[in-house]
Amino acid sequence: MKVKQISIFLENKSGRLNAVTNLLAEKGINIRALSIADTSAFGILRLIVNDPERAYKELKEAAFTVSLTDVLGVEMPDKPGGLAMVMDILTEAGINIEYLYAFISSDQGKAMVIFRVENLDEAIECLLKEGIRVVDGETLYKM
Amino acid sequence: MYWNEKYERLPQSEIKALQLERLKQTVELCYYCVPHYRQAMQELNLEPDQIKSLDDLQRLPFTTKSDLRDNYPYGMFAVPLSEVVRIHSSSGTTGKPTVVGYTRNDLNTWSELMARSLACGGAIKGDVIHNAYGYGLFTGGLGVHYGAERLGLSVIPISGGNTKRQIMIMKDYGSTVLTCTPSYALFLAEVMREMGYKKDDFKLKIGVFGAEPWSDNMRKEIEEKLGIVALDIYGLSEIIGPGVAIECPEKQGLHIWEDHFIAEIIDPDTGEVLPPGEQGELVITSLTKEALPMLRYRTRDITRLITEPCACGRTHKRLYRFSGRTDDMLIIRGVNVFPSQIESVLLEIGQTEPHYLLIIDREGNMDTLEVQVEVSMTDFSDEVRRLESLERTIRAAIESTLGVTVKVKLVEPKTIERSEGKAKRVIDKRQI
Repeated sequence: MKVKQISIFLENKSGRLNAVTNLLAEKGINIRALSIADTSAFGILRLIVNDPERAYKELKEAAFTVSLTDVLGVEMPDKPGGLAMVMDILTEAGINIEYLYAFISSDQGKAMVIFRVENLDEAIECLLKEGIRVVDGETLYKM
Repeated sequence: MYWNEKYERLPQSEIKALQLERLKQTVELCYYCVPHYRQAMQELNLEPDQIKSLDDLQRLPFTTKSDLRDNYPYGMFAVPLSEVVRIHSSSGTTGKPTVVGYTRNDLNTWSELMARSLACGGAIKGDVIHNAYGYGLFTGGLGVHYGAERLGLSVIPISGGNTKRQIMIMKDYGSTVLTCTPSYALFLAEVMREMGYKKDDFKLKIGVFGAEPWSDNMRKEIEEKLGIVALDIYGLSEIIGPGVAIECPEKQGLHIWEDHFIAEIIDPDTGEVLPPGEQGELVITSLTKEALPMLRYRTRDITRLITEPCACGRTHKRLYRFSGRTDDMLIIRGVNVFPSQIESVLLEIGQTEPHYLLIIDREGNMDTLEVQVEVSMTDFSDEVRRLESLERTIRAAIESTLGVTVKVKLVEPKTIERSEGKAKRVIDKRQI
């Protein structure tokens, strides 16, 4: 049920993001979704890719500071209130969100939100109980 | 202005005679009262009565900062603690602090030398001295203080900090002499300007600046901005504190008070004494200290001796302005910093690679220190707040160890330049 996300530490200086995207292009790794968290001094690039294990290995070999992080891929209707419904469930259950980012699914009428929460298993359990679809990694990577 | 004309103008031949007599006494004191010195001399098969001329000084062992640390806290004292009336100490930033002690006579000597130094700069009874050196364990504040009182100046013991208030006091109390680090003097000038003051709003005429290296360009800038004569003062706590050497208004080197100290210049690698005029490491032997006599203390400061007579009439040899150090010690806002201290802090925290780069710069006349640290390859958290809290942890730990504020920047691994496998640790961008 969990999705492997690639996280990369990047200094805030020109060319760093480009170095990552070039490497992934060269190795034939496709990016499904991405987000960047940034401060004045550094940024953290978070990626969902088609082959996280290989992407991790390649980035590591190229001396990037990289880690694999477990996140949740949650599917919801692509219409007003879609995210609100999911947020209600998580809030109700007292689950804190570290960060999230969204993209529109290639599956018509659906949106995907990637969540990083403190307690993944608890989040999965309460979402499933409310009938929300939590997409497993394999499905997401091939989407 | 002379404070003690007889001694300040003592002919070199008489200085030498006095030095020899006092050197013999100091060697005896060291040999019989400080186990460290006795052992070091015995290792060289040296007894006090073998020191018969000033040339024999070269036969004596060197003393280093680590000797003081190895004998922490009071092992180098030559008198019982009951005779010690004052204790100063380094911040202890590279391991154990170095502790220095003074007998009543030592404080008397120190005051005398500091009075001479201030008088040499032109301060006279009736002057109001604004002493912005830090008061406390650091020798700067109290060293200047006692000398200024001895000279009969009106002392404002303002110490460091609260710059705007300092400026108000300087203006309202009519300060005529300023003592602080040269970079703080420039900072004061900057803030004065921001507050809308001109140099004519103040009565300042003399500045005596030390505790960090500075150049003639910086002197010109200080003199111009504050409308004063700015002089360089030298000292170190292991020897006595400020007042070991001072520039006279000729500004052609710092007179070292030779009736109390012997200066030698050595090759820092071989330890060999260099002929007059050659550049090398300054080594100082104290001649009158009681609590903490020093035999051939290696200062790590690089300079050369000027033996030619000075136009000011003082007969004491001069030290050329200091041009650096033989070790990797940095002086940041007057605080001594060794790169190795930062390394040990990082190793202690353990969440980063042990590679770091110190970038020292000067912004608006104040030194800044940025510490770049490589993020750990293996233990990288992808949450911003964790990384930011790591930054804060490192900053707090370094600041509490060094006693200077720093900016910490996390950088990617392998981005800090390595030369021959060893990381380059320091980039000093200061133009001084």
